[in-house]
Amino acid sequence: MTLTIALGCAAALLALAAVGVIIGRSPAATRVVYGASLIIAAVSFIAGLVQLVGAAAPFDLTLPLGVPWLGAHFRLDALSAFFLIVVDLGAMSASLFALGYGEHETAPQRVLPFYAAFLAGMTLVVLADDAYTFLFSWEFMSLTSWALVMSHPRVPENVRAGYVYLVMASFGTLTLLFAFGLLAGPDGLYTFTQMRAAHPSAALGALALILALVGAGSKAGIVPLHVWLPLAHPAAPSHVSALMSGVMTKVAVYGFVRIAFELAGPPAWWWSIVVLAVAGATTVMGVLYALMQHDLKRLLAYHTVENIGIIFIGLGLSLAFNAYGMTFAAALALTAALLHVFNHSLFKSLLFFGAGAVLTTTGERDMEHLGGLIHRMPQTAFVVLVGCAAISALPPLNGFVSEWLTFQAILLSPQLPSWGLKLLVPAVGALLALSAALAAACFVKAYGVTFLGRPRTPAAERATETDRFSLAAMFFLAALCLVVGILPGFFIDALAPVSTALLGARMPPQIGAQWLSIVPIAASRSSYDGLLVFLFITLSGTLAAYAIHRLASDRLRRAPAWDCGYPDLSPATQYTATSFAQPIRRVFGTFVFRAREQVDMPPPGDMRPARLTVQITDPIWDYLYAPLVVGIGVAADRLNRLQFLTIRQFLSLVFSALVILLLVLAIWS
Amino acid sequence: MVVIRDLIIQGAQMLLVLLLAPLFTGFVRKVKARLLRRQGPPLIQPYLDLIRLTRKEVVLAESASWLFRVIPYLVFAATWVAAALVPTFRTGLLFSWSADLIAIIALLGSARFFLALAGLDVGTSFGGIGSSREVMIASLAEPAMIMIVFTLALIAGSTQLSNVAEFMASPQVGLRVSLALALIGLVMVAIAENGRVPVDNPATHLELTMVHEAMVLEYSGRHLALIELSNSLKLLLYVSLLACLFAPWGIEAAGASVPTLALGAAAYVGKLAVGGFLLALFETSIAKMRVFRAPEFLGVALMLGLLATLLRFVSGSF
Amino acid sequence: MSRIDFDIAHLLAGSLVLISFLELYQDRLYALLNVFAAHALVLAASVAWQAFIQDAPHLYVTAAIALTFKAIVIPVALHRIIVRLGIHREIEKVVGVGAAMLAGMGLVALSMVVMLRVTHGADPLAREDLAFALSVVLLGLLMMVTRRNAVGQVIGFMSLENGLVLAATGARGMPLVVEISVAFSVLIAFIVIGIFLFRIRERFDTVDVQVIDRFRGERR
Repeated sequence: MTLTIALGCAAALLALAAVGVIIGRSPAATRVVYGASLIIAAVSFIAGLVQLVGAAAPFDLTLPLGVPWLGAHFRLDALSAFFLIVVDLGAMSASLFALGYGEHETAPQRVLPFYAAFLAGMTLVVLADDAYTFLFSWEFMSLTSWALVMSHPRVPENVRAGYVYLVMASFGTLTLLFAFGLLAGPDGLYTFTQMRAAHPSAALGALALILALVGAGSKAGIVPLHVWLPLAHPAAPSHVSALMSGVMTKVAVYGFVRIAFELAGPPAWWWSIVVLAVAGATTVMGVLYALMQHDLKRLLAYHTVENIGIIFIGLGLSLAFNAYGMTFAAALALTAALLHVFNHSLFKSLLFFGAGAVLTTTGERDMEHLGGLIHRMPQTAFVVLVGCAAISALPPLNGFVSEWLTFQAILLSPQLPSWGLKLLVPAVGALLALSAALAAACFVKAYGVTFLGRPRTPAAERATETDRFSLAAMFFLAALCLVVGILPGFFIDALAPVSTALLGARMPPQIGAQWLSIVPIAASRSSYDGLLVFLFITLSGTLAAYAIHRLASDRLRRAPAWDCGYPDLSPATQYTATSFAQPIRRVFGTFVFRAREQVDMPPPGDMRPARLTVQITDPIWDYLYAPLVVGIGVAADRLNRLQFLTIRQFLSLVFSALVILLLVLAIWS
Repeated sequence: MVVIRDLIIQGAQMLLVLLLAPLFTGFVRKVKARLLRRQGPPLIQPYLDLIRLTRKEVVLAESASWLFRVIPYLVFAATWVAAALVPTFRTGLLFSWSADLIAIIALLGSARFFLALAGLDVGTSFGGIGSSREVMIASLAEPAMIMIVFTLALIAGSTQLSNVAEFMASPQVGLRVSLALALIGLVMVAIAENGRVPVDNPATHLELTMVHEAMVLEYSGRHLALIELSNSLKLLLYVSLLACLFAPWGIEAAGASVPTLALGAAAYVGKLAVGGFLLALFETSIAKMRVFRAPEFLGVALMLGLLATLLRFVSGSF
Repeated sequence: MSRIDFDIAHLLAGSLVLISFLELYQDRLYALLNVFAAHALVLAASVAWQAFIQDAPHLYVTAAIALTFKAIVIPVALHRIIVRLGIHREIEKVVGVGAAMLAGMGLVALSMVVMLRVTHGADPLAREDLAFALSVVLLGLLMMVTRRNAVGQVIGFMSLENGLVLAATGARGMPLVVEISVAFSVLIAFIVIGIFLFRIRERFDTVDVQVIDRFRGERR
């Protein structure tokens, strides 16, 4: 029932895409397409919610589409329902935002049809129940998002972004193809139900896991396969960036969870080591890259990489616990990871919407050309502040809850008997703590340089508040961030069917805990009450404000800022993003990025300006991709000679191939 | 009835830390002055400073926003809530289960987040210097603190501060290596987080040597009073944390009678006096480090925390 | 053996590892000598404690030797040499403090894993003390490898020696004769190194091992 509704919504979105093609150039097209997608996403969201919260049995459906002897299998179980909720919540907020933002789009006919198709693709990936449907929907999702990235092809960096994205997406699909091929086996058991019933051997399962990590991970953005993400996410329009960062990466996580936890069979102990090592590196590298950026959207894209690392840390821990049969701990780690999936989709979308709002009113994406926007765009500034606080994992908002749960899972890991895990998990814990602190630093920088201070350019001085649809979308997400932070127990309980389905165990029910706190393991061990913390903070703040109001003087006078005796300092003297990050760049960047600063100071009497140059290299691009690209070019050049053989040489090629195949047949049969 | 009594005790604890914080700061300053053979300001000088500041007019920079005016209240609220959750004279506080050690650290982190934003709000370079250095120090101090929390949690079997304090006071704890490493790490982190010598000089007036003072340069009047009070609260919080974790003698368990609670309070004040004296002694005997030596200092604290956690993971007897 | 004996032995061995880390952190020569004196002091305390709980009085002599020679005589003599040679007192490092700390952590983890797996059936106190001792040895080697200053390398060698002594006392039953010969070989090595320091200085006018004196400091 819910499955048919969800599939109907996907079909409606495809129809909407067709409508978008037809009416693309008309002025009402934006309203129609985004409004319709908002409604369709809301319906699909309700279907997913009913399925998850109602903890109903999974629904199966087979449609006579696609491959003739296979058909198209669809399934809505707890895991799919959860990710359907994530996709649709993101879709709803993006559509609401785009109702206002889309008015500023210069080429709506290039965006509207592909937007609806993108949403349809993501929905179908989550609902797919056999390998063909999954891969077809996955490619469809990649291609539509590629089209959205390329919606402004006159900008040269967009073209490069699209190219890199296409290459990486194809690579990802190829590895997933191999993974499913391995799991399907020689008998061609392509449906997931058949794969679940078959028990792959340990080697096969391990290989499938590695391929899934590479394939789904490249779409999610794990290091070193993340290179397309900071190019492609900023190039797309802002609501699409929010969808790509906040939702599409989660669909990739869904793919990984589906393969690693269900289809690849029972986990071996060393699988988690690979996942944890990669995840730890991803977390720290993502946030360090983000700290070096001064382009708002690129900073947010790199931050997505960090949060994907955090999610994979939770997933890796869950695999580790599951391998040793500690199912309760595995449920805790899995719930932490999935809750972070949900949280991240909320606040990352919110932040991208904020960046989009800033981009529309100022035309600038570079933080160092902005500043003082809190005076010009007060509501946007407020709601982006909530997003920044949420992503920096500050209580009582939602980012803290999922991070707290991940820490609790890490604290359960001394019970794991493996030596490798005993050494790796504390290191991963330290990396997680380090990245959390660096993320807070990054968002102080991003928010402080963009919204606070004084305007650095005329564009920033002329900024105005965005339209009410964008604001509504952002306030909706900010309110959700607060709700999840204050009442996390409900959301943890909602995730229980997922962990029961995948692991056979669940976290203890949070509903009965006192004062709506969450107790992940046992009350004597640890508990957290977001509501009480929120109430405490509000109470103490109000008490302080009241006491000050009664007892202190209430006079206030505006005066120029302290200028050390140099009057009328220009806004150029305030800290920029690069200068704010300088201490951290010096501590971490010299080692990781070989960051070098050069100062060119003119001698006294010379009137030219002094110049400070910061050089940063990207180690992953230089050491992994650049040689790879060069190598491929060299190999292609060599192989090019095959084009210019004589007829005799072509014939001898055919002849030798025939002889070799006959030899193989003779020896091996 | 028990609930009412527990509520009163929780309220008393909150009030106690609020009242004692400026006194503790005054005590440290007095001891430092005496060690330098000066008379020093009177012990109640911080109270007088706070009263004086609340009576003064606020001078607000022209480019400051509404956030600048709200942040002192937010910082104070977060720090006070965190300080109220650290057991001083009694464990098992009524709301101690609502926020464990990790949440307390995160609350202090959010106070620091907003203070760093305040530094950037006015749009001068002084605030920028303070904020950028503060987040650099925090980016290493907070993970070090979390690793220390991990060590304590792995030893005591809980992250709930009351439970950890009770475990430390019980005879099962023993003299463990990881505890010693955690103690040294916690002292280093406490010094860095509170901006004491050798990481930052709380009494400096030279902008280039400031970290915390530069962030709050533009604050005046009642706002500055709240920020100063939050600072004292944070120092008191860290000393109380060290006392309840590593010197837990005298902390009464839940359900103790009023005379024993008074004894516990007296023990707490005694511990504060010892802690203040040691802090003052340490600050006068060491010079402030160069700014970029501070990450190395905190890197050592992080490594100590990581080593202690690693030892706990490796074997239960460490 | 009761719990408290266990704990104090671990505490002292762990302090030795901690002081080895502190030696890696130092960038001034006199401070390094003081830390090394503390290293030898803690070693003496640890050996004395082992003598107490193992009831082996000859280990007290070992502790006394460690105290007099390594905690007092050698640091004072090195101090004199530094003053006489006029060696400049900043220790150049091959890698920064952060990287050295990370490498040190890795070495400690490695020695934990190796020792606790290899000695699976042995007495738990001895096993864990051996793990700490191997860490001290490895950290001493790390110091020798990452220091450009000859005196720094000498200190690293001495710390390594301390780790070996810790291992020997932990393993029970190291006779006095062996210890005296070890102590004298250390002394002889030290005298030889001292002579070489003088000669190197005369020939090359510096005791920086790389001869090329490139100031790395904190600006890289």
